[in-house]
Amino acid sequence: MSALVPLLVALPLLGAGIALVFGRQRRVQVGVSVITLTLVAAIAAVLLYTVDSSGQAIAVSVGGWPIPFGIVLYVDRLAALLVVISSIVLLAVLLFSVGQGAADGDDDTPVTIFHPSYLILSAGIFNAFIAGDLFNLYVGFEILLVASYVLITLGSTESRIRAGVVYIVVSLVSSILFLAAIAAIYGALGTVNIAQLAERMTELPDSTQLVLHLMLLLAFSIKAAVFPLSFWLPDSYPTAPAPVTAVFAGLLTKVGVYAMIRTETQIFRDNDVNTLLLIVALATMIVGVLGALAQAELKRILSFTLVSHVGYLVFGLAIATPLALGATIYYMVHHIIVQTTLFLAVGLVERRAGSTSILKVKGLMRAAPLLAVLFFIPAINLGGLPPFSGFIGKLALFDAAAEVGTPLMYILIVGGIVTSLLTLYTLMRAWNLAFWREDDDHTEETGVVDRISYLGDAPAADDEGARRVIPRIMTATTAGMVAVTVALTVFAGPLYTLCASIGDALLTPVTLVQLDDGGGS
Amino acid sequence: MTVSAVLIVIMAALFACGAYAMLERSLTRVLIGFLLLGNATNLFLLVVMGRPGIAPFFGAGDVDEMSDPLPQALTLTAIVITFAVSAFLLALIYRSWQLGQADTVVDDEEDIAVRDRGAVEEDEMDDETSIEDDDEDATTDFIGTETAPITVLHHRDLDGIRDDAPVDRPGRDGRDGGDAR
Repeated sequence: MSALVPLLVALPLLGAGIALVFGRQRRVQVGVSVITLTLVAAIAAVLLYTVDSSGQAIAVSVGGWPIPFGIVLYVDRLAALLVVISSIVLLAVLLFSVGQGAADGDDDTPVTIFHPSYLILSAGIFNAFIAGDLFNLYVGFEILLVASYVLITLGSTESRIRAGVVYIVVSLVSSILFLAAIAAIYGALGTVNIAQLAERMTELPDSTQLVLHLMLLLAFSIKAAVFPLSFWLPDSYPTAPAPVTAVFAGLLTKVGVYAMIRTETQIFRDNDVNTLLLIVALATMIVGVLGALAQAELKRILSFTLVSHVGYLVFGLAIATPLALGATIYYMVHHIIVQTTLFLAVGLVERRAGSTSILKVKGLMRAAPLLAVLFFIPAINLGGLPPFSGFIGKLALFDAAAEVGTPLMYILIVGGIVTSLLTLYTLMRAWNLAFWREDDDHTEETGVVDRISYLGDAPAADDEGARRVIPRIMTATTAGMVAVTVALTVFAGPLYTLCASIGDALLTPVTLVQLDDGGGS
Repeated sequence: MTVSAVLIVIMAALFACGAYAMLERSLTRVLIGFLLLGNATNLFLLVVMGRPGIAPFFGAGDVDEMSDPLPQALTLTAIVITFAVSAFLLALIYRSWQLGQADTVVDDEEDIAVRDRGAVEEDEMDDETSIEDDDEDATTDFIGTETAPITVLHHRDLDGIRDDAPVDRPGRDGRDGGDAR
């Protein structure tokens, strides 16, 4: 079983190589990418099942070095669950982008490098999730960041270069901080293995622990877009192509949050900065959603809500009870899927209406009813309306906070509720303007034509007509993702049980002995 | 742990210069800043290595006299990553220059648009029924008063047109651009 673990990283890297070799044949590239990600998803599902049923994490020492010395890959329930979810999301977005690429009909350079970069991004994400030592986590981050630099500047148009520069410079700063933190931690403790760090950290004086702790948190907060360090995100994400934005929004910030969870629960168990984290979480929620309110462009609105909802995750993390951690994991899974789905739906809106500005787009409800539904369901889910998973996740968080019951917790709960309502307001305003508002420019006749062309049956008459046709595969993928968001609600019971068990396990430290037992190789 | 004071001083100087250079608007200076910061961090890794000894090969000598090999391995990895990213940044700077943006970090137009958008337009956003009609009124109002800057209209009308991403190009440029009177 442990032989499967390195494949999670090796397969996408191998696939990237093959896809690059077949740069000219797009069909081969698509085939390679889809097969690779499907395999990874299957492996991840098997690993999740094994880890969950045996209740024991799998640790693999790459290259056969004894455990504290070699590179350790560590798969527990949390890592396995996140790899499963992210491989599903990556696969869905890949299919969406295949549909988009086929419709655009551009066979030039961007497409040649898209698939390899995308697979390398996947490898980086998986590597970060299963990293058992800090330096491997750093390498995972770098792999995914370098791939994301390529993807965010895809096509090198003016606006993307502008946004890309900001994104890259900010990411570089956070990477350097992370590396410096690793150096400092190694200097203090003589190891970078997370399990060993957890054992040795208590020997350090509190002040030293605090410095190391804050350095790591600072680096991860930039990546996770936590409030004072979040301004790069709404600036850079919206200009990228729709599928790229979708996968970035769903996964990249969550990798940062995941690293924060590992830091808080496993490395610095005794060193407590939870009050600081709670305040930061409140600021992230409120400032993020206020930013969303001020925007008139769908992608930017969503980018701001993304920042705002990272606040909930930090909130849950800072409560630091098993219940709260379980709720955080559930919310994270929910948010990865819902945020990605919303960005995909906006990708459809962009293609259908030619713009994502809610001041310009109108009448989509009548012109494209299916699209309206596909946007509406994840939107109210993100806004936290019952019975959807957003509501369940938020309720679980607030419940965990109320159980602790300090005044700050109640302030956070109120902040969370306000944020939730404002998110709902923002998204419903967007929905009203873009979908519900009547489009007076179109007579009933053209409306019918639009509807037919939307179904893909009518041949495109002119350029504008061609732009309005949404390939079936894009709609189907988005619909599939919407179905997954609904499934999160339907299967909330089992999923929540799993998340709760993760939350319990997170607070019991991993020891080297456990790593040795778990490592079958 | 014994550390070299010289390394620490150099590291501190590199960190300081790097941070300073990175705060510049010119992308070339940002790149230089990044290189300095990267090297400073690599030096930091060497600092935590402790007292240097003989090469850490198996059987080369007493284990106590050997250098700690791990920071060296980490430094090598970090150097490779810095190298790759610098190459990418250089390409990006070149492309930015090619597109005629000089080599500076440019402000986000949408941000400026949000800042410039006055109360007038906020009202329009909330008014869900008759934006087209209000538009006509707003235009005449703006021309009459000196305080209301023309740039408000300018940005709003052009934000679709300026967006030159191939996938993102709005299909209704002609109609919306047409009323940029």
